[in-house]
Amino acid sequence: MARTLAEKVWDDHVVRRAEGEPDLLYIDLHLVHEVTSPQAFDGLRLAGRPVRRADLTLATEDHNVPTDLVQGPIADPVSRVQVETLRKNCAEFGVRLYPMGDASQGIVHVIGPQLGITQPGMTIVCGDSHTSTHGAFGALAFGIGTSEVEHVLATQTLPLPRPKTMSVTVEGSLPEATTAKDLVLALIAQVGTGGGQGYVVEYRGDAIRGLSMEGRMTVCNMSIEWGARAGMIAPDQTTYDYLQGRDHAPSGADWDAAVAAWDALVSDQDAVFDKEVVLDATAITPFVTWGTNPAQGCALADVVPDPQALPEGNARDAAERALGYMGLTAGTPLRNIAVDTVFLGSCTNGRMEDLRAAATILRGRRVAPGVRMLVVPGSMVVKLEAEREGLDAVFTAAGAEWRSAGCSMCLGMNPDTLKPGERSASTSNRNFEGRQGRGGRTHLVSPQVAAATAVIGRLAAPSDLTNDSAESGQ
Amino acid sequence: MDPFVSHTGTAVGLRRSDVDTDQIIPSDWLKRVERTGFGAGLFSEWREDPSFVLNAPEHRGASILVAGENFGTGSSREHAVWALTDYGFKAVISPRFADIFRGNSLKGGLLPVELPADVVATLMDLVENDPEALITVDLEAREVRAGTVVESFELDDFTRWRLMEGLDDIGLTLRHGDDIAFYEEKRPRWKPAARAL
Ligand code: SF4
Repeated sequence: MARTLAEKVWDDHVVRRAEGEPDLLYIDLHLVHEVTSPQAFDGLRLAGRPVRRADLTLATEDHNVPTDLVQGPIADPVSRVQVETLRKNCAEFGVRLYPMGDASQGIVHVIGPQLGITQPGMTIVCGDSHTSTHGAFGALAFGIGTSEVEHVLATQTLPLPRPKTMSVTVEGSLPEATTAKDLVLALIAQVGTGGGQGYVVEYRGDAIRGLSMEGRMTVCNMSIEWGARAGMIAPDQTTYDYLQGRDHAPSGADWDAAVAAWDALVSDQDAVFDKEVVLDATAITPFVTWGTNPAQGCALADVVPDPQALPEGNARDAAERALGYMGLTAGTPLRNIAVDTVFLGSCTNGRMEDLRAAATILRGRRVAPGVRMLVVPGSMVVKLEAEREGLDAVFTAAGAEWRSAGCSMCLGMNPDTLKPGERSASTSNRNFEGRQGRGGRTHLVSPQVAAATAVIGRLAAPSDLTNDSAESGQ
Repeated sequence: MDPFVSHTGTAVGLRRSDVDTDQIIPSDWLKRVERTGFGAGLFSEWREDPSFVLNAPEHRGASILVAGENFGTGSSREHAVWALTDYGFKAVISPRFADIFRGNSLKGGLLPVELPADVVATLMDLVENDPEALITVDLEAREVRAGTVVESFELDDFTRWRLMEGLDDIGLTLRHGDDIAFYEEKRPRWKPAARAL
């Protein structure tokens, strides 16, 4: 029978199937970080259970780590205890950990692909909703809660009901100056926060094929923001080129065997999806959010929408509350919105291409007076590579702060937070109330928009910049 | 986990859609390494507003939360479930839940009950007009009863059985250890490993 990509990967991992029960699914890789794991390790200890496959488990420190110093203990005692707990747990249970300061440390969803341990056709889980990022490689990757973390640690499996499948076909090619981030923000605005609920989504079409691996990761990363269980992209030459030669990628005859298996990871021609969505890439322009959920966004060229124009009910109520929280008035051109802070980083946009794109815009320009710009590479490898290319010098010359790897202001568990009422343009993935700090106001943007916004001080696209490097402050 | 068969209690209505996990339990609280004590952090930013519905004295002791659609959207933090149960909630009723939140609830002893939007609206009106109104969430019958409302909800047989028996999921899976070992033998050898310490 014709099957979708998601169904193929699912079927390959079924350990046990029984009528009336969820499938028992084998997990190829379990990624672990300090926030969602302590209670799971405690559970193991209480029950006297070992980690079944420590060799398929990999841990990193990312959410809590301060990004302004690499060495030394974490100042916040609660964060410190959490990170130390992870270290103790990993040592006790034999799990490999990349701690702060390690050359391979970084945001869990940045280091997996970078190490080459994220590969096509795998099942990958992590106690973190943005695990969907790894789907860019044609893996079935999804976030789980702490009880499930414990379950995977103990059994290397998860009992799961078979998900529905959806295809999102993005036709045409993205206009120049439009990015993967704009694409996914526009998609989410179209389908709504709950549009993907219960589905594993496969992104397809020319615009998706045309994206680099990093762009594909940005798209898959935000699958969860429209409710999808996971997002996937069939592997192709772009995927193989990215993977080959990386630390954990197969080599020699193993590589050939792997590629032969990966080549089969496409949805069959006549496979049936439970739902299909089509998006026209050619119509997408730089996109930003104005509200407090990722679906509350529109083209940068637009104005803050009027809630009264929405049908009475949930959407209108939510829009009204969002404008109140964001301190915005309907009808204001988005380009008039001034920000205090620009955050470039996170597992959505904290990779080399993102940093390069922003640096290209900032080269020879200055961050506007009164604006604080934080550049936080997604991993130590990204940091070092950027420094080799001299990007750190570009950022600091522009007046931005150059930091170490971590989640940082994406969720403000470390000291990088917005103060009440402060407004940011952020390349992260969530604009929820208080996400970047109590009372903070977040506009989600692409790295390019982030950089242009930093220079102008108001939400802006690179096309708003003149060649005059003395743009700042106007 | 305690078995859940049926629960009757008063309810509180949270008239908002897309209530995300960052609101249910802000990230400050995620630094804790314990599983208990999260009730104090439940909706902590909203609770600073004296007019927030959870602060209303007439809703003290409510054990059922009636919420708008897409409840629990956002992060995978199970701390959101721990906060709700620690506060005293046994069930949440909503037209639609975010997937991970729903899964976490079913592991953590909080029953997520999905009902049609118009029924949720009726329940919302009911508890707002009469905070003393009792709602029964009957897992055995897969039915919600309150006032004039009698509405069945869906939950697969397996999960229902597991919750009613209060069974540990891990224990259930470990019964299939042979199947897991058999699967492991067949895995291609080129699949990556993290090289354990
Ligand atoms: S960068 Fe943000 S979204 Fe990504 S893992 Fe860290 S906190 Fe989560």
